[in-house]
Amino acid sequence: MISIFGIPSQALFGQLLIGLINGSFYALLSLGLAVIFGMLNIINFTHGAQYMMGAFVAYLVLQYLGLNYWVALLIAPILVGLTGVIIERLFLKRLYQLDHLYGLLLTFGLALIIQGVFRNYYGSSGLPYQVPELLRGGQNLGFMFLPNYRAWVIFFSLVVCLGTWFVIERTRLGAYLRAATENPTLVRAFGINVPRMITLTYGFGVGLAAIAGVMAAPIYNVSPLMGEDIIIVVFAVVVIGGMGSIMGAIVTGFALGLIEGLTKVFFPEASNTVIFVIMAIVLLIRPAGLFGRAT
Amino acid sequence: MKMLRYVALLAAALAAGAAQAQDKSDGVVKIGVLSDMSSLYADLAGQGSVAAARMAVEDFKPAEKGLKVEIVSADHQNKPDVGSNIVRQWIDVDKVDVIVDVPTSSVALAVNEVVREKNSVFLVSGAAASDLTGPKCSPNTVHWTYDTWALANGTGKALVKTGGDSWFFITADYAFGHALERDTAAVVEANGGKVLSKVRVPLNTSDFSSYLLQAQQSKAKIIGLANAGGDTINSIKQAAEFGIVAGGQNLAGLLVFITDVHALGLQTAQGLIMTEAFYWDQNDASRAFAKRFAPLYKGNMPTMVQAGVYSAVTHYLKAVAALKDDSDGKAVVAKMKEMPTDDPLFGKGTIRADGRKIHDMYLFEVKKPSESKGPWDYYKLRATIPAAEAFRPLKDGNCPLVSG
Amino acid sequence: MERVVDPLETAARTRGVRSEAIAFVAMLVLLVLAPTVAYPVFLMKALCFALFACAFNLLIGYVGLLSFGHALYFGWAGYVSAHLAKIGKLTLPYWGGGWHWFVIPLPPLSPELAVLGGTVTAAVLGLIAGALAIRRQGIYFAMITLALAQMMFFFAVQAPFTGGEDGIQAVPRGHLFGLIDLSNQTTLYYVVLVLFLACFLLIYRIIHSPFGEVLKAIRENEPRAISLGYKTDRYKLMAFVLSAALAGAAGATKAIVFQLASLTDVHWTMSGEVVLMTLVGGLGTVFGPVLGAFVIVSMENYLAEFGQWITVIQGVIFVACVLLFRRGIIGEIANALRVRL
Repeated sequence: MISIFGIPSQALFGQLLIGLINGSFYALLSLGLAVIFGMLNIINFTHGAQYMMGAFVAYLVLQYLGLNYWVALLIAPILVGLTGVIIERLFLKRLYQLDHLYGLLLTFGLALIIQGVFRNYYGSSGLPYQVPELLRGGQNLGFMFLPNYRAWVIFFSLVVCLGTWFVIERTRLGAYLRAATENPTLVRAFGINVPRMITLTYGFGVGLAAIAGVMAAPIYNVSPLMGEDIIIVVFAVVVIGGMGSIMGAIVTGFALGLIEGLTKVFFPEASNTVIFVIMAIVLLIRPAGLFGRAT
Repeated sequence: MKMLRYVALLAAALAAGAAQAQDKSDGVVKIGVLSDMSSLYADLAGQGSVAAARMAVEDFKPAEKGLKVEIVSADHQNKPDVGSNIVRQWIDVDKVDVIVDVPTSSVALAVNEVVREKNSVFLVSGAAASDLTGPKCSPNTVHWTYDTWALANGTGKALVKTGGDSWFFITADYAFGHALERDTAAVVEANGGKVLSKVRVPLNTSDFSSYLLQAQQSKAKIIGLANAGGDTINSIKQAAEFGIVAGGQNLAGLLVFITDVHALGLQTAQGLIMTEAFYWDQNDASRAFAKRFAPLYKGNMPTMVQAGVYSAVTHYLKAVAALKDDSDGKAVVAKMKEMPTDDPLFGKGTIRADGRKIHDMYLFEVKKPSESKGPWDYYKLRATIPAAEAFRPLKDGNCPLVSG
Repeated sequence: MERVVDPLETAARTRGVRSEAIAFVAMLVLLVLAPTVAYPVFLMKALCFALFACAFNLLIGYVGLLSFGHALYFGWAGYVSAHLAKIGKLTLPYWGGGWHWFVIPLPPLSPELAVLGGTVTAAVLGLIAGALAIRRQGIYFAMITLALAQMMFFFAVQAPFTGGEDGIQAVPRGHLFGLIDLSNQTTLYYVVLVLFLACFLLIYRIIHSPFGEVLKAIRENEPRAISLGYKTDRYKLMAFVLSAALAGAAGATKAIVFQLASLTDVHWTMSGEVVLMTLVGGLGTVFGPVLGAFVIVSMENYLAEFGQWITVIQGVIFVACVLLFRRGIIGEIANALRVRL
């Protein structure tokens, strides 16, 4: 058996594939952050809480309405997106004239509230959620046992990411969006309702977080605190990629998943810090981020 | 003059500190339940521990014995500084006589020092650190329910004896995980088993699949999970997904509570093996207790930590009633050690010189979904670990109270 | 640089100084008398956080940089100070064709040296983190500081000397300068008070020095400050290091007061808490952070029984402050009275 640095190459393939799966979550979440930032100029600290809400919607609709995973995958982004719309209308829109930092502080406060309320009602040890019937079991790929559900995670998140990229970069709607980011007054002059567009963009970005949450429910612990730490990692991902481009956010997400996966094999103790170290290196070499424009 | 408004505001903030400064006349036994009300351990201790303490007081019928008992409670938020501050204030200002529960090792170790300094009493139920009866043991502290050594010993020994003689550890990379791994590995090797390999995983990792693949490739019969809380839940959940148990390997949870099993669901947790000090469906007394407990706490069944609070408070009140004095913490603990323990939940037992409460421990296996009759019907008994073997021998603990 | 004296500004300045002097005396009197009515350990905790918040405010209030990772300096200074006071011995890794350990055989140090050691550590960490973080502005700056702090949090969990989840426990309070016994709570309180006042006045001095004026210029308009020939990055870094060092002094003192250093103080929730304290009291006010710290610490202390809801309440305060009271308590008072506080 061929081995690389003492690790059999076949095992390495397995680990890379797993890294890619984790990368899908980073990609989805950083994509949502980038979409929101592009339009609202706000860093959405609530993103982690909204990811958690996605997973909880999946649990709750199964528990109380008997709706399965597939339905949840459809309605969780809509429901959580709606709460996002409410948050934008009630709170965020009051902040656009102020320093961006207030947006960060406000969404941080909202994250505390949402997580605290969920914790009071559902405790913090977590809730059960099973892998959907259709995707149980897995394939033996020769070099590893790949659960069907993980394959689905990669496939579906790629579809969502590329779909988002396509809408924003290649359609008329996306063109309006990008134009409104650059020059809202001008776009308004074309007769487009910019505030509504902003609201819907926030709802959409939040919906992406909810999709990630539903996808995480069967494999990660569904608990009110599940989004608390991942959001900080995703922040680092965003700093590395720069929020200038949609594709940048996607590529960086997947790439960092891969790197983290490799670290888990060669130096597991550092697997949670590797992304931050990369962030420091990127800041030294390319302060604007890999895909970013200088700020 | 308007400056006065600002001054008054600041004064109000300070005066709040004085509000509680009135001395309570003693003659009241005041029990302080210090627990995690909002975070990781809130379900397995938290308000449930407060409810258990209330039940213990109720059952003790203090009025008949001429005692007046009050219960206060607070959230230590898993922060040692918050916990030790509350305890200082409880003892100095509110005249609390005994601190109960404290389900976080770091907080428990901090409280242990404060209680020793103030000569009060500390009954640990929730925390796992075996140091509390080892190098850090105190004449004011009794460690009631379980500790890391007991868990490692119970699970490790029983598994090796039933054929699980090769192990792979997935260890949370911090002091607690290392201790759990070290203790278990020692037991495994002492009983003729072998530790094939181990992987140190950062705390609060959400994805364990990479480590589970490594465990799978090691072909070890047992995968020992030397972690806790969310880490344990995630690793068990993903092990089910990767077909670890179906592939013939077994998972051993070294610190798993019934609330964790509840969170996982039987579909995922089935076959998991763990050691506990108490299970609600053990006998008539425990079932009766659970039946009273459930309506008080979200319909949950009591965990071993909550049962331990009940048992510890009961014994404490007995000792105080016998002494007719709760002012000298050391004397109360000495009396507690002198009297044999006996209560409906933990049966008969003793407290050792190092403060370790001794009782039977139990090895449980999580039922298959088909075997369970409903929610909370989760465990079947695999073995009883007799009290004499369940805890670390007195001489191995390096407790200064013992050698001195 | 030559300054043009504006008579109106001078008048405002004198009035500002007067209102600040009155407020300072009021604060001093209250703090000196406080232990007669309130529990000293609670007061010391509040003082440590007040200093922490003042240090944080130096950055956000006067340079306009939001650091979301100040727990890094607070917590790590606590670890170092606790370690120095309890054990003393330093074991440092170094590279020489493989990792080796370099041991400095120090005895357990007296508390003032332990606090000093913690402060210096925080300054060094501030220098490293600051040098990285000031390469980006605004929101990115906040995210970078948060990410670096999180990295050092993970390191604190894993490093053996920090005691992981257990923290460093039973730290001796010792004797100040080898003479004054600090085990008496009232004595300790006045020592902490003196330290707090010294740091508070230092911060006040920094803010009103020419250096502080440049910082404010950077806050208002950085490109303009650059065009005036200031090397703004150096100023920002210097402010960052000062802020980190003072936050470190607060954390190091807290470790001695509570006789323990733990993960709580390096976790990001602590970074969030100091932001909250400063926001409640008033960003960019001299006394705001002090009052904010007292408010939040009392709230945590007296709401401990409602534990579950504390984070929710904190979140609500955050939202309310951002939407309704952006000036904070002191800021609103100062605005109403038209004075500087």
